[in-house]
Amino acid sequence: MNINRCIIIPAFNEEKQIASVVDGARQVSDADIIVIDDGSEDRTVERAGRAGAFVIRHPFNMGAGVAIQTGYKYASENHYDCLLQMDGDGQHHPAHIPDMFSMVENGQCDLAIGSRFLNHNGYQTGALKSAGFRLFRTIIRIITGESITDPTSGYRCMNRKVFQYFTADGYPWDYPDANIIIDLHRMGFKIAELPVMMAPNPEGRSMHRGIFKISHYIFSVFLSILVTLLRKKSGL
Amino acid sequence: MTPHQKIFAISVSLAIFVVIIALVRNRKLRAEYAWLWLLTGLVVFVLVVWYDLLVALTALIGAVAPTTTLFIFSIIFLVFISLHFAIKISRLSNQVKNLAQKISLLEAGKERSSGKKTE
Repeated sequence: MNINRCIIIPAFNEEKQIASVVDGARQVSDADIIVIDDGSEDRTVERAGRAGAFVIRHPFNMGAGVAIQTGYKYASENHYDCLLQMDGDGQHHPAHIPDMFSMVENGQCDLAIGSRFLNHNGYQTGALKSAGFRLFRTIIRIITGESITDPTSGYRCMNRKVFQYFTADGYPWDYPDANIIIDLHRMGFKIAELPVMMAPNPEGRSMHRGIFKISHYIFSVFLSILVTLLRKKSGL
Repeated sequence: MTPHQKIFAISVSLAIFVVIIALVRNRKLRAEYAWLWLLTGLVVFVLVVWYDLLVALTALIGAVAPTTTLFIFSIIFLVFISLHFAIKISRLSNQVKNLAQKISLLEAGKERSSGKKTE
């Protein structure tokens, strides 16, 4: 059976890395590569297009969560069977793409998460962030009984059922992290992890830097988890 | 309540009415929101004219002075109005997001069907 695959890459001002990310993905997979430009002000669109990606452009910047959901909607409308998402900053090593696709396509799981921490591969992170990861892991384990070592990883692969589910209006586009994993588990989706290598962000940029931002992020995801649990089991 | 205070409070409530009606008339404020502000003016007016109600309310909530009651209710009103706008903003953000995504996907669909890769 011919499987229709796509790789979605959300990008915002990633002109330095985007071409190499697209190239890296293309070298290991025959999937369609779709870059979702989230209102970049630099040459991201041009470089991604030249590298051979199909580019979807947001009219203005709306955040990574919205860009990812645009990818889900595009994949859903264009009848893809399997979708892989990876960051546009070069953090995610493309070598794991085939393994992630196989995990989902073989029916091992509905959602495969690339984990930085599964094999203790030496990924370093700050104390506060590390505490946040531990907190989310514990919450997920208590609620779902499953051990997810990297609930905030943006390196994920999923089947059509999952990304179609994510196109719903209730998708938490502001913080689609641990709360999403809990929600998927409640809806009966199968989640599995595989160990991946992740590089630190090339320019040291991150969505979650500084005590205030990290604390705000942890609090917001915590709140989203609570809201997910308070909702009826009717989905997003 | 002294006549001075009464005149001031009635003037404030009438000013609220006039400003709101003028804003709605000039299409600067939608009628959907006008009722909330008109209600504010009405409440101020009722409390000034019916001072005993304010005194009764003061006794009911255990406040010492009627002015405290007015302040408490003003703050509660402002909290509710902020909440109302927060709900509206959340809904509008979602609608703007959906609209922007729709535009992006329509453009992408057009490009895809014409077989043109983005340069």
